[in-house]
Amino acid sequence: MNILDPQGPIGAAEKTILIDSLAIMLAIVVPTIIAIFAFAFWFRASNTRAFHWPNWEYSGRIELVVWAIPALTVILLSGVAWIGAHQLDPAKPIEGSDKPLTIQVVSLDWKWLFIYPDQKIATINALTVPAGVPLRFELTSASVMNAFFIPQFGSMIYTMNGMTSRLNLRADTPGMFQGLSAHFSGDGFSDMHFDVRAVPPEQFSKWVDDTSRAVKSLDEASYGEIAKPSTKSEPAVYRLTDPDLFNAIVTQKLPPSLGAQSGVKGASPTARVADAR
Amino acid sequence: MLGKLTWDAIPFDQPIPMIASGVVALAILAILGWVVIKGYLPYLWREWITSVDHKRIGVMYTLLAMVMLLRGFADAIMMRLQQSLAFHSPGFLPPEHYNQIFSAHGTIMIFFVAMPFMIGLMNFIVPLQLGVRDVAFPTLNSVGFWLTATGALLINISLIVGEFARTGWLPYPPLSELAYSPGVGVDYYLWSLEISGVGTLVAGINLVTTVLKIRTRGMSYLRMPMFCWTTLATNLLIVAAFPILTATLAMLLLDRYLGFHFFTNEGGGNVMMFMNLIWAWGHPEVYILVLPAFGIFSEVISTFSGKPLFGYRSMVAATMAICILSFMVWLHHFFTMGAGADVNAIFGIATMIIAVPTGVKVFNWLFTMYGGKVRFQTPLLWSIGFMVTFIIGGVTGVLMAVPPVAFVLHNSLFLVAHFHNVIIGGVLFGAFAGYTYWFPKAFGFKLHEGLGRAAFWCWLVGFYVAFMPLYVLGLLGMTRRMQHYDVPQWHPWLIVAACGAVLIMCGIAFQIAQLVVSVRQRAQLRDETGDPWDGRSLEWATASPPPAFNFAVLPRVSGEDAYWKFKHRATGQSRLDEEPAYRNIEIPRNSATGFVCAFFATMMGFALVWHIWWMVAAGAIGAFATFIVFAWRDHDEDVIPALEVARIDRSNWAQRSAILGKEAAE
Repeated sequence: MNILDPQGPIGAAEKTILIDSLAIMLAIVVPTIIAIFAFAFWFRASNTRAFHWPNWEYSGRIELVVWAIPALTVILLSGVAWIGAHQLDPAKPIEGSDKPLTIQVVSLDWKWLFIYPDQKIATINALTVPAGVPLRFELTSASVMNAFFIPQFGSMIYTMNGMTSRLNLRADTPGMFQGLSAHFSGDGFSDMHFDVRAVPPEQFSKWVDDTSRAVKSLDEASYGEIAKPSTKSEPAVYRLTDPDLFNAIVTQKLPPSLGAQSGVKGASPTARVADAR
Repeated sequence: MLGKLTWDAIPFDQPIPMIASGVVALAILAILGWVVIKGYLPYLWREWITSVDHKRIGVMYTLLAMVMLLRGFADAIMMRLQQSLAFHSPGFLPPEHYNQIFSAHGTIMIFFVAMPFMIGLMNFIVPLQLGVRDVAFPTLNSVGFWLTATGALLINISLIVGEFARTGWLPYPPLSELAYSPGVGVDYYLWSLEISGVGTLVAGINLVTTVLKIRTRGMSYLRMPMFCWTTLATNLLIVAAFPILTATLAMLLLDRYLGFHFFTNEGGGNVMMFMNLIWAWGHPEVYILVLPAFGIFSEVISTFSGKPLFGYRSMVAATMAICILSFMVWLHHFFTMGAGADVNAIFGIATMIIAVPTGVKVFNWLFTMYGGKVRFQTPLLWSIGFMVTFIIGGVTGVLMAVPPVAFVLHNSLFLVAHFHNVIIGGVLFGAFAGYTYWFPKAFGFKLHEGLGRAAFWCWLVGFYVAFMPLYVLGLLGMTRRMQHYDVPQWHPWLIVAACGAVLIMCGIAFQIAQLVVSVRQRAQLRDETGDPWDGRSLEWATASPPPAFNFAVLPRVSGEDAYWKFKHRATGQSRLDEEPAYRNIEIPRNSATGFVCAFFATMMGFALVWHIWWMVAAGAIGAFATFIVFAWRDHDEDVIPALEVARIDRSNWAQRSAILGKEAAE
């Protein structure tokens, strides 16, 4: 999960920006901190060797310097921020010749539904992706907000009901990684993590073939079952029989799921509550 | 009859809240019993509860903050304990309970610790520094305090009657909407902040007016002490930002109570509107908290270096720049919600620009020490601890203002570490510096130095032990608000963080001990002159504690560091100026308006939470009637006769003369 050990181009670029920005700031901050200790120590009241300027309160030159140093630093960092924000915009497609793989992500209470519309398959709480292929995520929520985050791949993005957010990532090397929800979403939030398996492209095709023979099928009816609140859902795979399912969720043709809270005190009579237990 | 309120609301099956509230109830009963038996009740009513004296109100604000700090810290240490235990295990707090605790911790620490602490110090000191007798609206001031106390009370009632919000300290919809949070928790949150928000707004209006309109002769804007400037900036922010909070929460209330659709998933609600509105208040809020702290550090560093503040005009410019810029950066709280690259970049850069005036301030404090004679007493220790700690917090803040960095660190424990870094290292250290620095002014004796140092070191070391691991955890991908986890790399860091919380607890224990010991040894710690630290601004020109009228004769100011100039003239001529001609002084009359108003507001807030509509009506009518009664009052001032003024002032005058004579003799 270490973001300083990135496994894709987005994460790697973000790590570089993080370290560069930190280095730029440390160049000023470390001398300043040393100066604080040095000045406080040298000008301690008991030090008879230190000079004493009891009325010294202004120096135009120093003023110029103290405004200029932070200003110059910020100008430099602003450049980093501007370029970084544009190059690493989550919605921006990743450059490369490979055709991107589209994955639709739906956050539910409290699990992740991953839909592969072109492969006509779907999974719960387990994400399998081909290494080296650009991944184009379209994300939404069927209930409250969450944030989709695979730390070692880079950028997170929020999932929100009635809206589609976009994220582009790529895994460079095959391996097992962890993803999680980075935005608090209620009782089952802590279990909203999922395994991410990056596999070589040929193995991915094989996995798709296997999965598309899955017993269970995902359509509006079975989605209704999945959307019911539950915690610690085991990973599962589905054939996607309704290719328009994601749009139906985004446009609220499939209504947002009911909430769930355990041990509610003083529930409002008008509230429609499904108890997770 | 009682709306939704039934016996089910009391969590008899949960030992932690039952024991906690039992202990609190016993403590309150014990204190009340002691007060009644000792016959202090009339004194408390007359001198404190109904007081409209800004000094008394300031002390009560600060006391409220310190009591609530204990509650907020109890939540904090439970969270640290839970996370240090909850590796491959459910820990000792189930999610429904843990989620309430982190929500309550944030809400209490921001609204009922940091805010009242700062407002309390401003209330107490600003009129003294401006050389005047009171704030602009004394009774309104009392109303503001008691409404803040109402909010704090409602939150604490939720511990035992019902539940608190489980949404985090900002109730992001749709989680906070009725469908996903059907209980009374969010309602407690909303009503307590609606009521205390009015109190804060009132305090803000009062202090802005005071600084703008009520200053002593010669106290032009550019002669005001730095703390008055930061007070002005903070309260301008309060006046501009708190109505946004009130309106946003009111919209959420309409959603929850009347089926509106401002922020719901259905019916055309838009959650992004909530994000924008809440952070349009929320970002200025952090500057509302930290600007007064900047003011305190300016006063403390200058006083304990024996020098005027370096670059005063620069500091004023920096303060006002922060004041304005703080309204232009709110979007950086949700870079990861998919705004475009241009929007993210512009808000990121705007955020970084705030680092410029803030950096200027740090350098100016640094050069204030240059060429000084630095005395390492507790207030200065807090200030140096602040400078170093706050710089680190500033660095991580600017780091997260770079959008691609926020893309991987948003909502992580790195973020949690960052804002604790600036709020503990900035606001709380500032509050403690101010508390130690101005305590002798408020009570006439200093706080115990040794125990103060012990508290400082525990807090400082405890802070680093508790929060540096959180930076690491953020880099290891851990997000905030996790009730349990199964990543082995996280576990050791969370155990270290829990140890840090224990160190901070020692710091708090030393602070309590310091207060108790100082009260017991007050005779030795007595401040005879009213100027225990060799101060520079006007609050030190009057006795400690100051008389009700602050100054027998309003001082005439002829430059910056007004009191320093008086003092030097007096030492130069080896005597004080001639005794002034004393006159009758009018002071505002005590009023129970604030307390009674807050009583009805508490009733109304509680009734609204539980849908007890007759009680809502009773509370509303009661509060309005209180206001009407106050508006029709006949007498609003008492007169202190000139003889009495002379008698009070002469004793301080004599003591100062005696010391001056002693110095001259040496």
